[in-house]
Amino acid sequence: MQNRIDQLFAVKRHNVLNIYCTAGFPELNDTLPVMTALQQYGADLIELGMPFSDPLADGPVIQDSSTKALQNGMSLHKLFEQLTSFRDRIQVPVILMGYFNPVLTYGVEAFCAKCAEVGIDGIIVPDLPMAEYENEYRPVFEKYNLHLIFLVTPETSEERIRKIDSLSKGFIYAVSSSSTTGKDKDMKDQQAYFERLKQLQLKNPVLIGFGIKDKATFEAASAYANGAIIGTAFIRAIEHSKNIDETVKTFISGITQ
Amino acid sequence: MDIAINTGNSRYQVDKNGYYGRFGGAYIPEMLYPNVQELQSQYLSILSDPTFQQDFEALLRDYVGRPSPLYFAKRLSEKYKAKIYLKREDLNHTGAHKVNNTIGQILLAQRLGKRRIIAETGAGQHGVATATVCALMGMECVVYMGSIDIERQAPNVARMKMLGATVVPATSGSKTLKDATNEAIRDWINNPVNTHYILGTAAGPHPYPDMVARFQSVISEEIKKQLLEKTGSENPDYVLACIGGGSNAAGAYFHYLDREEVKLVAVEAGGKGVHSGFSAATTQLGTIGIIHASKTLLMQTNDGQIVEPHSISAGLDYPGIGPMHAHLYESGRAQFLSATDDEALAAAYELSLLEGIIPAMESAHALAKLKDLPLNTDDVVVVCLSGRGDKDLDTYIRHMNK
Ligand SMILES: Cc1ncc(COP(=O)(O)O)c(C=O)c1O
Repeated sequence: MQNRIDQLFAVKRHNVLNIYCTAGFPELNDTLPVMTALQQYGADLIELGMPFSDPLADGPVIQDSSTKALQNGMSLHKLFEQLTSFRDRIQVPVILMGYFNPVLTYGVEAFCAKCAEVGIDGIIVPDLPMAEYENEYRPVFEKYNLHLIFLVTPETSEERIRKIDSLSKGFIYAVSSSSTTGKDKDMKDQQAYFERLKQLQLKNPVLIGFGIKDKATFEAASAYANGAIIGTAFIRAIEHSKNIDETVKTFISGITQ
Repeated sequence: MDIAINTGNSRYQVDKNGYYGRFGGAYIPEMLYPNVQELQSQYLSILSDPTFQQDFEALLRDYVGRPSPLYFAKRLSEKYKAKIYLKREDLNHTGAHKVNNTIGQILLAQRLGKRRIIAETGAGQHGVATATVCALMGMECVVYMGSIDIERQAPNVARMKMLGATVVPATSGSKTLKDATNEAIRDWINNPVNTHYILGTAAGPHPYPDMVARFQSVISEEIKKQLLEKTGSENPDYVLACIGGGSNAAGAYFHYLDREEVKLVAVEAGGKGVHSGFSAATTQLGTIGIIHASKTLLMQTNDGQIVEPHSISAGLDYPGIGPMHAHLYESGRAQFLSATDDEALAAAYELSLLEGIIPAMESAHALAKLKDLPLNTDDVVVVCLSGRGDKDLDTYIRHMNK
């Protein structure tokens, strides 16, 4: 079967909306209800965070969601249990995002096999750098048809972006500014960088993430790329939600309508 | 004095990919790539530059007060029936070995054109040593420190502030050294261009473990010369050091790594007992994983979540060890022991009463294992006395009143 991420970009090239949520948040068993609502109300892609005790690249909001999820009892084993038959209900591509240590401890091959078994399409591991991936782990990810999605930042050289593009499958995650997640930086300052990325004409689709929080920032980012990723703003929205379905509906229509 | 530069063919030094055996590497997010790459590609050429070496040497001599004495501890030797020497890093300016590294890194930061310095600290010794060199060079300094450590090492917090540094409490996780390090790394991600991160121990992404070990290697370089003068041989039978992340141990071992006849002993913090659930004895409790961008041994759950350690000593309260030490452990080159909070306290009191030296809580862990070594009267033992105990007086006083 063709990877669902590739299927998506084969038919949709603009305004692709990817929403991040932490698994097991706000409550342990909210993972599937959140994903179901995301699909129903129009998210094109779901990025599911695997909570970690020490999320180095994340700001306070996602850190706290991760801590809360762990307190709720979330773990990789638990997550795969929750995802056992999610493909009966959910068709959009799903990406797992998390730090390398839990994956390494689970066993990289066992992890990839499990992802393939439940129907995961891609993985984002911010602290698995390109060189380590290339030297050691690439064959395993490819064996299970999992796309490893790499990040590029405003400080990434053109040469390196091209290298990342050649190694990437699925899409490239363009971090809007050099920062941890959830920092409010002005989109306008990033225009030159977005423009530069666009000029490179990469073979992979590009989604812009970090600092995308509403309709305006989503549209601004989507003007330069195939779409954008929303994380912190969504976590904030569902943090105290009394009705997940309603909250997700309101949040997404606020972006897309 | 010069910084050890030749990696040679040592089995115990870093290889060209930044690994020690299967440990090490740089598991950094892309946001840190330009900074870490800049360091990786430049640190060896900067360190081997003669003007850099002259500056480093001059500051260590005139500002830090090196060489630090190698002191024959007569009464301690009588007690343990061996020839015990103390390498007096406690007599350095700012009171610990940490300053050897901060002097080296501030000179490096200048050459990289950085204007702003960040650091993490546990006991506050590295924070003070960083604030000190920033004052010396007129650079902005931000130090991250766990909020629990801010309480238990209050004098050092005051010193950092007096030296002009901003001390930012780390309130996530266990609120100790691990979390302070996370915050420092996050700061670096958010300030990718003008900032240098002065990491305080032989841990973190390559090239930090190697770079810090080289700056600290002045310790064993001096020990060799001093022992030769005092005993007729450069080699002791044992070198003993405590391990938080492993910088004082790396420095004390450095020039002995390939002299297999010298026994290297590392002492970790056993906390309330290795299996009490309140410990920081990483090699006994840890498994391989990634902490602070390095593949090494660390304490974690079956699910790969990093565990909150415990030690009475803020400088050893860390759930990992540097990759060089993980390799020394796994290869059997160094022997790893652990000392409990109580053993360390007893050793601190013992050194105070026998030698008139109040050691840092961290260094007391190394001293605490003298009783467990199979020593002969002719054995020459060097203990790295990594720091002085001023910062720990509160803890010591509390214990005294018990
Ligand atoms: C006096 C002293 N010794 C030892 C340590 C432990 O660090 P390392 O293992 O890097 O030497 C510290 C850390 O704060 C310290 O202050």
